[in-house]
Amino acid sequence: MTQISMTVNGKAVSADVEDRTLLVSFIREHLGLTGTHVGCETSQCGACTVHVDGQAMKSCSMLAVMAQGAEITTIEGLAPSADTLHPVQEAFREHHGLQCGFCTPGMIMSAADMIRRYEGKLDEKTIREQLEGNLCRCTGYHNIVKAIEAAAETMAQSGETQTASA
Amino acid sequence: MYDVSYARVNAVPAAVDAFSKGDDPKYIAGGQTLIPTMKARLAAPSELVDVSRIEDLIGICEDGDVVIVGASTTHAAVNADALMNQRIPSVSALAGQIGDPMVRHRGTMGGSVANNDPSADYPAAVLALGATVRTDRRDILADDFFVDMFETALEEDELVTAIAFPVPKRAAYAKFPNPASRYAMVGVMVAELADGAIRVAVTGAGSSGVFRWTAAEKALAGSMDAQALDGLSVDADDMLEDLHGSGEYRAHLISVMTRRAVLAL
Repeated sequence: MTQISMTVNGKAVSADVEDRTLLVSFIREHLGLTGTHVGCETSQCGACTVHVDGQAMKSCSMLAVMAQGAEITTIEGLAPSADTLHPVQEAFREHHGLQCGFCTPGMIMSAADMIRRYEGKLDEKTIREQLEGNLCRCTGYHNIVKAIEAAAETMAQSGETQTASA
Repeated sequence: MYDVSYARVNAVPAAVDAFSKGDDPKYIAGGQTLIPTMKARLAAPSELVDVSRIEDLIGICEDGDVVIVGASTTHAAVNADALMNQRIPSVSALAGQIGDPMVRHRGTMGGSVANNDPSADYPAAVLALGATVRTDRRDILADDFFVDMFETALEEDELVTAIAFPVPKRAAYAKFPNPASRYAMVGVMVAELADGAIRVAVTGAGSSGVFRWTAAEKALAGSMDAQALDGLSVDADDMLEDLHGSGEYRAHLISVMTRRAVLAL
């Protein structure tokens, strides 16, 4: 067992964990933040995507101990307040960017990350390339891509792209 | 995943020391191959020595006409690096085609090169550009480094610290990605080095991992033109065969991707 501490959604957390505990297990089972999903267990589907020190990563493909000292943002920490959605969340709702919703947390975390990296300058082709790490088995991606395109535009207009992963 | 103990180190000597005290240790950097392999119980080291935060191993610099990439530099950092984009754009472009954005944020060049997956992208660049793999104890030329699939010249406890790429006159990488995994079905880097030598390195296809296609090198040395490759092919018997493609398919793809790389120079 190792004692770890990190910041998750702005709150300092610490716990004793087995060294082999995956970051996604720590987030879901120790912290009770079940918005981050476990999809494929083989590092391909991206449902477990979170932001680690501002960059999108698969929380099923790193150990919790490897995130010692890191700042983590999960889907629960993306919205600015309890009654205001993040622009990417709002766009997914507006454009119906989901059906069953299982991949949605990972999609939204990846979307926020790519909007930050591209400073909101995203076209459809780039969005599809940048979504390579996220699988959806319902929508055929069309509405997801539309939602990300719309969110990028909204955020670029309001100058929010620099804080997309805050 | 089987039980494992983990230690993060912040210097190269400490990494080698921690490794020497382990039972069945492994170095880990980004872990984008190792963690999934451990989850599948295909690997079960008893100790992990995390070298991903060793500051000396992170970053890209130049020394004359050589660009040096620290082993723990992530693919995303190589892809975005201004110096690499200016000096060897083919390598930064290649880095941007590895896996997916999340993998690129975490996976490292040293980890990829040390693992020597037969379908990984970096080995093609390291071999085509005649790079040198630097370790905690010596320098190893690319031609001596890649031994067989998942096998390198590294000793058990030897740690890759950097990859030194001589800046070529020009180079290009053409990749046919597996549509599901994004690993290279075939990836070919064609390079004209500073001294005029032509090198062609192929990943994804060879049954012994990355290899140089010397017949193509000779043909292109005569004339750097896609037509110089007409009539040349690799032996399908030396190719990987799996559910994604037969040996014949991969051999054919090598000719196609080599042409595309030449056209992209």
